[in-house]
Amino acid sequence: MENYYQPEIECASREQIREWQSERLVQQVQNVWDNVPYYRTRMEEMGLEPGDIKSVDDLHKLPFITKDDLRDAYPYGLLARPLDECVRIQSTSGTTGRRVVAFYTQHDIDLWEDCCARAIMAAGGTKDDVCHVCYGYGLFTGGPGLNGGSHKVGCLTLPMSSGNTERQIQFMTDLGSTILCCTPSYAAFLAESIIERGLQDEIKLKAGIFGAEAWTEEMRHDIEEKLGIKAYDIYGLTEISGPGVSFECSAQTGMHVNEDHFIAEVINPKTGEVLPDGEKGELVFTSITKEAFPLIRYRTRDICILSREKCSCGRTHVKMTKPLGRSDDMLIVKGVNVFPSQIETVLMNKGYPANYQIIVDRINNSDTIEVQVEMTPEMFSDSLSAVSAKEKELIDALKAMLGIYAKVKLVNPKTIARSEGKAVRVVDKRNLYQQ
Amino acid sequence: MTVKQISVFLENKPGRLAEFSDVLSQNDIDLRALSLAEAEDFGIVRIIVDDVYKTSTVLKDANYVFSITKVLAVAIPDEPGGLSKVIRVLGDNDVNVEYMYAFITRKKGLAYMIFRVEDNQKAVHVLQQSGIRPICQEELEKL
Repeated sequence: MENYYQPEIECASREQIREWQSERLVQQVQNVWDNVPYYRTRMEEMGLEPGDIKSVDDLHKLPFITKDDLRDAYPYGLLARPLDECVRIQSTSGTTGRRVVAFYTQHDIDLWEDCCARAIMAAGGTKDDVCHVCYGYGLFTGGPGLNGGSHKVGCLTLPMSSGNTERQIQFMTDLGSTILCCTPSYAAFLAESIIERGLQDEIKLKAGIFGAEAWTEEMRHDIEEKLGIKAYDIYGLTEISGPGVSFECSAQTGMHVNEDHFIAEVINPKTGEVLPDGEKGELVFTSITKEAFPLIRYRTRDICILSREKCSCGRTHVKMTKPLGRSDDMLIVKGVNVFPSQIETVLMNKGYPANYQIIVDRINNSDTIEVQVEMTPEMFSDSLSAVSAKEKELIDALKAMLGIYAKVKLVNPKTIARSEGKAVRVVDKRNLYQQ
Repeated sequence: MTVKQISVFLENKPGRLAEFSDVLSQNDIDLRALSLAEAEDFGIVRIIVDDVYKTSTVLKDANYVFSITKVLAVAIPDEPGGLSKVIRVLGDNDVNVEYMYAFITRKKGLAYMIFRVEDNQKAVHVLQQSGIRPICQEELEKL
């Protein structure tokens, strides 16, 4: 028996969904025209007025918005409500220089939590469940989103936040957690730790909701087998709301986009042309119910495919595949967005040559990142401790920039390929994106 | 009263040390002494050679990162207690030794110690007061 949070919405007819989308899009366009000078200017540049957008069929006429635009507008440039109506901010994963702050009214939070509640119930959650949330709490949307969704479902919520594996396992066994919410790599790590301690029979988990980073089918099977659960994928991004933009159902063949709140399009990343269902391209979202921070045609840079084929779970909302890649050079390491340009900035600031290589790998289901840098006469000395101190300084600077630990490997000069021809800056050994 | 030591950066990777010694031997560089210090994924090779100028040219051409440091070389009677006397003089006079290593030559009865200290001038001074004379670059080259 499929489990729904809002069945009348989740299983609404396609016509009904379209109607909602058209009505809300028209209102949202009027809203941003009235309240966000940025959008008004962009629309005027294209000779558009709110009246030109009469239904979802007109969506393609509107300009795109990108992460760079969001950065330029930092912090208040895209705010559509007075600050006194906002009650919360969340922020993208600590990537200095690329930080995006999203604002929420109470209504925005309410709808976001509804989306997460849908995901929890799709994973079989009910008010009798014990929902163990070990996504990070704080600026990151993972913890607050699933926490709110869990409240809405009525689960007993364990706001564990990330880290302290010992305590995670103790609460899990003592309080009988039944649903686990975290990144897939942390789930895999927890599974290993539980098996090492011989506690498989002490845990009561039945389902996991894992997101914020790419993971493979192999990893899903591995976690499902080790923890004896069903593992569900969840997708979201801070710019649009947070986790729960889309979520997996019992069919486990893609994630239903909450189309009553977000219109999904797939475009050709080079031309911007909208592609039909079934074709691979860049995912674009329009948040049609957001009050404080509405985004019109936000380019996610995630490559995926949409499908409106009938789903066995009974939900009618469009399904998206897991991201199949990125249309830019962003890497997601341990759930954190990493741009090679950030690493380059740190190296240049510290006086290293801009010749570097980033090696990303996944070892024992945990992401690792190594930055290989060529040694220079300036940073070299005959003293081991002096060189190690320089190395440590670089590690600290990278950590401050990226928010995660990156191993530094000093290599002999001129051993990293020069940039004549196309330099391979990033070697990703994880093979996360299954085609 | 000091000698020149060349320190070379080596990435910790199989074959790097062999490559390095090949470069030296192919250019007929005679090693007086060698010591290796290692961190987790890199190492520093410290060498004393017969011809510093030639060696640095060769290393530069072969794209090595290196530095030249002045260190102390002290001849020590090759007998029990020879080393401890020198170290005691340095210690008693608060001269901190960062690292040191030994080598011997064809000269009978003598071993040599290389000392890397912070203050060469002070170290030379206290050693000389105790009747120990560090050797200079010319003497070293003739060994």
